[in-house]
Amino acid sequence: MAVFINKDTKVIVQGITGETALFHTKQMLDYGTKIVAGVTPGKGGLEIEGVPVFNTVAEAVAATGATTSVIYVPAPFAADAILEAVDAELELTICITEHIPVLDMVKVKRYMEGKKTRLVGPNCPGVITADECKIGIMPGYIHTKGHVGVVSRSGTLTYEAVHQLTQAGIGQTTAVGIGGDPVNGTNFIDVLEAFNNDPETYAVVMIGEIGGTAEEEAAEWIKANMTKPVVGFIGGQTAPPGKRMGHAGAIISGGKGTAAEKIKAMNAAGIEVAETPSVIGDTLIKVIKEKGLYEKCKTH
Amino acid sequence: MNIHEYQGKEILRKYGVAVPNGKVAFSPDEAVKVAKELGSNVTVVKAQIHAGGRGKAGGVKIAKNLDEVRTYAKELIGKILVTHQTGPEGKEVKRLYIEEGSDIQKEYYLSLVLDRATSRVTMMGSEEGGMDIEEVAESHPEKIFKEVVDPVVGLTGFQARRMAFNMNIPANLVGKAVKLMLGLYQAFIDKDASIVEINPLVITGQGDVLALDAKFNFDANALYRHKDIVELRDFDEEDPKEIEASKYDLSYISLDGNIGCMVNGAGLAMATMDTISYYGGSPANFLDVGGGATAEKVTEAFKIILSDPQVKGIFVNIFGGIMKCNIIAEGVVTAAKEIGLAVPLVVRLEGTNVELGKEILNASGLNIVAADSMADGAQKIVGLVG
Repeated sequence: MAVFINKDTKVIVQGITGETALFHTKQMLDYGTKIVAGVTPGKGGLEIEGVPVFNTVAEAVAATGATTSVIYVPAPFAADAILEAVDAELELTICITEHIPVLDMVKVKRYMEGKKTRLVGPNCPGVITADECKIGIMPGYIHTKGHVGVVSRSGTLTYEAVHQLTQAGIGQTTAVGIGGDPVNGTNFIDVLEAFNNDPETYAVVMIGEIGGTAEEEAAEWIKANMTKPVVGFIGGQTAPPGKRMGHAGAIISGGKGTAAEKIKAMNAAGIEVAETPSVIGDTLIKVIKEKGLYEKCKTH
Repeated sequence: MNIHEYQGKEILRKYGVAVPNGKVAFSPDEAVKVAKELGSNVTVVKAQIHAGGRGKAGGVKIAKNLDEVRTYAKELIGKILVTHQTGPEGKEVKRLYIEEGSDIQKEYYLSLVLDRATSRVTMMGSEEGGMDIEEVAESHPEKIFKEVVDPVVGLTGFQARRMAFNMNIPANLVGKAVKLMLGLYQAFIDKDASIVEINPLVITGQGDVLALDAKFNFDANALYRHKDIVELRDFDEEDPKEIEASKYDLSYISLDGNIGCMVNGAGLAMATMDTISYYGGSPANFLDVGGGATAEKVTEAFKIILSDPQVKGIFVNIFGGIMKCNIIAEGVVTAAKEIGLAVPLVVRLEGTNVELGKEILNASGLNIVAADSMADGAQKIVGLVG
């Protein structure tokens, strides 16, 4: 078990003929991910790395039975690619693309209401279930199979945390990068809930950063619902306040969104927060030792 | 991207939002010329900088005749204006907005902003307009009204009416206020704004509802489809190093310290700064080279860091995912060879193509201190910079 994806997940690569997509399609195939189709409008009929290419997501789904897609489409067309994945009734679509205009995402989110598809991202590293399925751009070799779930707003900080865990002999179930954009699909709470329900996950690392109130909301949810230990980190503790214009940003966030506010909310929910990013792994180990979970989490 | 008040008001006029007559001026002579054309009894001379709080800082002057317009224009042009939003270094005034005076009966607050919590554009309004709106929001949140906009239908008439009534705009002026709000929303959507703020929105003795100020911020990710907005960019308002970085799609912010940082990913970049600070150092910049950087971009990034005379050492911290370590290594080596490297350089590489990257650095013959982890690298650079 793990969350969202596993060794049987059949994946479509949207925008497969782009340079970045080609590189990462090969990396994903090498990791063992079941890439069953690619989509690039106008390139239907091609074959890339042994993967058949289709003109539309619907065709790719009909031909292969895929349930999941990953999007590497350039930003001006990425929102449309998400809509196409939702329309094709995929269970999961993971959007790697960064720099999508935020009002495009506002429309995407509205369109997705009541639809079955889960969106992870955009502007995220993807999702990986160690040793089973890698969907995205994360370096595969840093992950080891185990019992700690990782959820993060930052791509490279996710790698940092996973790397520390692996080096300390603590494997992971699934690492989910939810992306750092102001409007995204899956949020912290969605992933925490999935980890809470996953019998293989014993503890969770949650990595946030300054801005927005997602960490504060997640902390409240954890306090009320989470049965497993969670440790955290917030990036941007020493970031100077940005030069700004006007007051609207400050009013809408209601004074929340600073690192201090987030850490306070997380501590109040019983989440141990690592002081520096270098001790995320150590902090988790300390907490699982206290809870008597260390031996169960240690990779043997 | 931010623009000036006078540019914001030009946009608003096109969307039927009522604003007082006025024009930009770059010199006292021009200011007087504009004031003459306006021919109003009272003229307002407003400093144009990309920051709020201008009124409190003395950047807005009321002139009763042309001589006063000249005096105030002379005083403001070239002045360093320090407001609570500029930072202590302040901003030099290079442009003025010359506007006809308005017979203000009452000041209100109105804005549109993207609310991350609901993933919707939200209109906020209050009867308590003017300078202390953030205080009002904190002490009397019930006085700030919100309308959450469904992107399918946009801001609706009934929502705008409800807002106007909530703001206690006199009943006979609600129609004008609604027209202003709908125009404001359309401008926000059409131009991919992320914030539009009118503070104050006023009603006048003549029974007009006017936007007396206009603050626009635009979504940088959408600028590719708004050439007209890109043309409004004022390079004088930005740090030269940040301008240089933006040419190469690098996310760069100047800071006060002496350790230059080059990192991939905003989260890791912030965490790297946190770690340097934790070990007693002080970062000179935030620099996220992004995911799709080429060796050329990395070279440019490196040059920008080295162009800062404050920089006494550099820490490159890369955890490659979409970014390949060999690309970073090539860029660093090229830049260091091109412009010479007079300060210590600590490099930590991990992730995609890490072995290739390390080979390139080793073969370069450059004096590079390798680090095993972020903490190790931060301690090493802090030690070397001293």
